[in-house]
Amino acid sequence: MTVESTAAARKPRRSSGTKRAGARTTPQPKASEPQLVQLLTPEGERVKNDEYDGYVADITPESLRGLYRDMVLTRRFDAEATSLQRQGELGLWASLLGQEAAQIGSGRALRDEDYVFPTYREHGVAWCRGVDPTNLLGMFRGVNHGGWDPKANNFHLYTIVIGSQTLHAAGYAMGVAKDGADSAVIAYFGDGASSQGDVAESFTFSAVYNAPVVFFCQNNQWAISEPTEKQMRVPLYQRAQGFGFPGVRVDGNDVLACLAVTRAALERARGGEGPMLVEAFTYRMGAHTTSDDPTKYRADEEREAWEAKDPILRLRAYLERESAADEAFFAALEKESEALGRRVRETVRAMPDPDHLAIFEHVYADGHALVDEERAQFAAYEASFDSAAEEGK
Amino acid sequence: MAVQKLPLAKAINESLRVALDTDPKVLIMGEDVGKLGGVFRVTDGLQKDFGEGRVIDTPLAESGIVGTAIGLALRGYRPVVEIQFDGFVFPAYDQIVTQLAKMHARALGKIKMPVVIRIPYGGGIGAVEHHSESPEALFAHVAGLKIVSPSTSADGYWMMQQAIQSDDPVIFFEPKRRYWDKGEVDTEAIPGPLHKARVTRAGTDLTLAAYGPMVKVCLEAATAAAEEGKSVEVLDLRSMSPIDFDTIQTSVEKTRRLVVVHEAPVFYGSGAEIAARITERSFYHLEAPVLRVGGFHAPYPPARLEEEYLPGLDRVLDAVDRSLAY
Repeated sequence: MTVESTAAARKPRRSSGTKRAGARTTPQPKASEPQLVQLLTPEGERVKNDEYDGYVADITPESLRGLYRDMVLTRRFDAEATSLQRQGELGLWASLLGQEAAQIGSGRALRDEDYVFPTYREHGVAWCRGVDPTNLLGMFRGVNHGGWDPKANNFHLYTIVIGSQTLHAAGYAMGVAKDGADSAVIAYFGDGASSQGDVAESFTFSAVYNAPVVFFCQNNQWAISEPTEKQMRVPLYQRAQGFGFPGVRVDGNDVLACLAVTRAALERARGGEGPMLVEAFTYRMGAHTTSDDPTKYRADEEREAWEAKDPILRLRAYLERESAADEAFFAALEKESEALGRRVRETVRAMPDPDHLAIFEHVYADGHALVDEERAQFAAYEASFDSAAEEGK
Repeated sequence: MAVQKLPLAKAINESLRVALDTDPKVLIMGEDVGKLGGVFRVTDGLQKDFGEGRVIDTPLAESGIVGTAIGLALRGYRPVVEIQFDGFVFPAYDQIVTQLAKMHARALGKIKMPVVIRIPYGGGIGAVEHHSESPEALFAHVAGLKIVSPSTSADGYWMMQQAIQSDDPVIFFEPKRRYWDKGEVDTEAIPGPLHKARVTRAGTDLTLAAYGPMVKVCLEAATAAAEEGKSVEVLDLRSMSPIDFDTIQTSVEKTRRLVVVHEAPVFYGSGAEIAARITERSFYHLEAPVLRVGGFHAPYPPARLEEEYLPGLDRVLDAVDRSLAY
């Protein structure tokens, strides 16, 4: 069964009476618009879906608790990072608050040999891939541009330029197809990125070469201050049809539905049927990054409406309804969550600044005469202070 | 027989053939590179012999060509992509500059980007707009990229294979107006380093430094100057990033005068970089300021004006005279 699109959820903006909300003159999604896949209602009721139930038939109470744990710990990590930014320990943070289900659901659908191309907000997917969350903080602290080996977990580095990574995913998937490997690639991007030419080109390339790639768009409704109405005039997932592959809209706050739909798309890709677009309809509950101020462009009512669809509360309600988790589980998770927060805080604070000469490291794989020359000059310059201090003694 | 006389385009074609033959991970990608063999026929016959899986006709999307090449490189392939003309590279500029160039550093050395981007460049063929530009400085300014340009068939043959073997991204600028110039290629030679400049003609009074299409013009200028009793040394720089400053310095400290010649606009061009560095290195050896000859700070003109825009024999000789007059 499917449910209506979220027109209702967005309506409160209309009633805010502010100039901001009133300025939005573009049509709201209509009830007649295509529907989204949902397996868990916001109240935590399991709804039947003939097409996708089979993809989560193996889900046990234990794996449900696992998904819940993933979401809770990811949110805790995210909250800690936001605090660390406020305390001056990070230069910037891009919060995933509200998008836990889309990331954990899709991330847990992956197999080890699949390869992930994230944006800069896929902390939950990184978690699923086994990347130590503290490694995600180096770039936000300013000590590196990505502190993990992409090949160790098949989780590529974060890409900041919007949409660029979708082409890398298409190319990587072309390589997977050439190799005849039984694996797939997943490219994450946002609703704003869907306006980028690179995303359109990645659709074209992957369709033309039948590349095993799943395009996973987290439509969180806002590209910094630009609403989706500034990015598209038809529901995003429908765009895939024009490129010659299927698209589906899933409730992005429903971890079970995200898991099922992504599994289906990955299976399709691995089976040689080519790319697929998944649009996870979700909401960025926080700011775009810590530099952003969403109160300047969106109404409180909108966020409140989405809070009622919170992915973690939804799964908790389901767990309780099914008696799949007891108080001891939640209490233990609370403790684990606090321990994670503490570890993240301590690790970040202990993170050393890089060596000065790291500027010149890894610019080229095979070396470059100018880099060598500048490194030597800069090293000599810095050493001159040491010798001056030495002489001054 | 290892020595053949080949036009530059054919020498590059032979080189690509060798690369495809030697390493199954090498791929050729681009618009029209397959059946047509490229608009300049540089990839002629390769798809026929190596198949559509190795010589890949792509959608007409430059960013897509480079972006997917990055993905293929991450998967372990060594893509050699063709950008059909110089002025068409800009849709791919973002992928080249923000992704390709920085990927190795971003990953702290854990991943490599062995991608070659072939760009037929420069003017002199009477083409329409966007088909005659020399954007090498725009790429040389970006750390992480290597920039080379052959001027001879032998270099076309050997530098291409070296570029493909490099674990760094290489922008391979092919001087399109020299595609049909023939030169000897010794396929059994041991080539020199990819980024080393070459003294193409020895001289004692002044150094002309050039690369790609302008090497030939500078050699002609040196011949003409010799008739007037001036001994001009000609350097083929071959690489714009890195630049072999040692070879230039050695030459300049012998001749004491330097004129840099390129088709690209002089303003912020590679001549400016060379002038500044050689002034730093060899200030007390110079008898004249380093002079530059190149294109103007104007859009590349329509074909009927390109002879005025491009440095020709007269403008190079004029600069030689001005330098010697100091």
